[in-house]
Amino acid sequence: MITDFVIKNAPILVVAIPLIGAFLCPLVGRISPMWRKTWVLGIVTVTSLIAILLASMVLTHGAITYVFGASTSDLTVPIDSGGIPVRIIFTVDAMSAFMEVITALVGFSVILYSMVADKERSNLEQYYTLFLLLICSVMGMVTTGDLFNFFVFIEISSMASAGLVAYRVEKGRAIEAAIKYFMVSTIAAIFFLFAIAILYGQYNALNIAMLAERLQFTLLDKIALILIVMALATKCGAVPMHFWTPDAYTLAPSSVTAMLVVTSQASLYGLFRFVFTLYHLHLNYVMIGWFLIIIGVLSMVIGVTMAIPQKDVKRLMAYHAISQTGYMLLGVGVGLAVLGDSTQLTRFGIIAMEGGIFHIINHAMYKGLLFLTAGAIIFRIGSRDMNRMGGLGHSMKYTMIFFIIGALSIAGIPPFNGFASKLLIYESVYLFNPFLAIIAMVVSILTLASFVKVFHSIFMGPPLPEYSNVKEAPLPMLIGMGILALGILLFGLFPQTVIDTLVHPATAALLNQSSYVNAVIGGV
Amino acid sequence: MFWNLPYFTVVILTFIAILIILTKKNLVKILLGINILESAVNLLIISIGYREGGVAPIFTLAPSMTMVLPTPQALVLTSIVIGVATSALLLSFTMVIYRKYGTVDVEKMKELRE
Repeated sequence: MITDFVIKNAPILVVAIPLIGAFLCPLVGRISPMWRKTWVLGIVTVTSLIAILLASMVLTHGAITYVFGASTSDLTVPIDSGGIPVRIIFTVDAMSAFMEVITALVGFSVILYSMVADKERSNLEQYYTLFLLLICSVMGMVTTGDLFNFFVFIEISSMASAGLVAYRVEKGRAIEAAIKYFMVSTIAAIFFLFAIAILYGQYNALNIAMLAERLQFTLLDKIALILIVMALATKCGAVPMHFWTPDAYTLAPSSVTAMLVVTSQASLYGLFRFVFTLYHLHLNYVMIGWFLIIIGVLSMVIGVTMAIPQKDVKRLMAYHAISQTGYMLLGVGVGLAVLGDSTQLTRFGIIAMEGGIFHIINHAMYKGLLFLTAGAIIFRIGSRDMNRMGGLGHSMKYTMIFFIIGALSIAGIPPFNGFASKLLIYESVYLFNPFLAIIAMVVSILTLASFVKVFHSIFMGPPLPEYSNVKEAPLPMLIGMGILALGILLFGLFPQTVIDTLVHPATAALLNQSSYVNAVIGGV
Repeated sequence: MFWNLPYFTVVILTFIAILIILTKKNLVKILLGINILESAVNLLIISIGYREGGVAPIFTLAPSMTMVLPTPQALVLTSIVIGVATSALLLSFTMVIYRKYGTVDVEKMKELRE
């Protein structure tokens, strides 16, 4: 009975359970802190399990649609509606499923970690309310098949993450970071709404599949495309709209930062979804492809060069996050630039896109892991300044091992997962334009150099007297980091399995616009 | 021509709002700029849904004549609610910033400039 219910309603449950859980959290928290912990952990576990179940269903049976308020949940186009999907529809295809898996993995490990890392803070009920709301909004962004719905979830995610960034006031500095982030993302979201208004005004539809079918690529559509691309590129923190990223990532609590990385990637998902599914071949794909490539390369180079001189460990990692976002934009941008040319697309375009999309999940894991190790170090010694750290390898051995795994992975060293996706990007981008591949490799080397420096200044050297009583991070934090580290190793050792089961279907779903449209309004 | 007036208003409002956001130094004024931008897009959506001489889209006992589109009105309601939440959060951030820094001038906030 209950399994039938879950299977039938999985697309909405991954959004509804964290939403309800978030707003019941303050009530449950009144009973006792123990109850609150159990509640939050229970909600996240259930959400993650359903998300993984949903993903496996999608990967075996193809795209799933879920219609709100219809007599049956797959009745996308009612008979008396004249072939128009009038209701709000959730569409989960392989690309959405891929993002759900990321959110489930990172969300679960981050909450587990945060149970210990954040236990000293005040007002934890509100903290977890916002945290669950953030998970809910990311799940919503990746499942929805409706433009306006996507806008609502963007706003929820901005609000929840701004609240979380501001959570530790830090003499007003965290508030400053939060207000910067929130202003930028609100303005971006308003321009996104402008684009929705333009598209709705022309085609009388908000459903992505419906719009994709009707799109004419008029001048107004071009304006809408520009607004959408700029809004979402701002939200995912690509250069030149990156200035909020280092501040917000630095001043948020570490567990939040790991989740913010996933939120940025949900925006990146939105960017790819709209460019590929909504516009597809209508698009001036060579120009938009090169646009993505250029902002990708700029993000890569500027991110890594800004990272090198940083003294604050989290700020440094935040700049690396910008730089890694560049790889995804580069990979998918190359795929987009050859979208209309089927020989080039099969020769290297698909591989480049697979590399870019594979990099999303790898990045979410190793960057999450790195932020969590930074959080564990800050939790134990109470400082973010790398000049004051040193010799921690003697007392925090497991944290050091996890840091090494994360650092080698981000630098693209085998056998970790960063290598697998970066190799795909290098070899395919080289066929497209050797110069771009060389930039990508140089950036990787600079990343390695930067992390060697960080590793040396945090962990190496004789034990410092002021840190003589520093202990290893507590067990739940280690378990949270361990899950991510295990994922990195497995993904690095068996990349082909991951590509075959997750990445390839996701890429195919992005490239095949008509299958998405058919899943929603097929058979009419 | 006359029915295009709302669209001209939208364009003017948008430019005013962008100008305010880009040039003003006072946080409260920037927030007002964001609110004007929100109003502009709400006006745009409502005008898209308007039909000349249309009545409210309520089906029960309605006279059989042109109706304005119901969906944009629902969208604008949602967007207004979101706007209220956004303004509230931004204003409360501004309050805390004023308490901690003693200023709402963005030029004088130098804590995060490195």
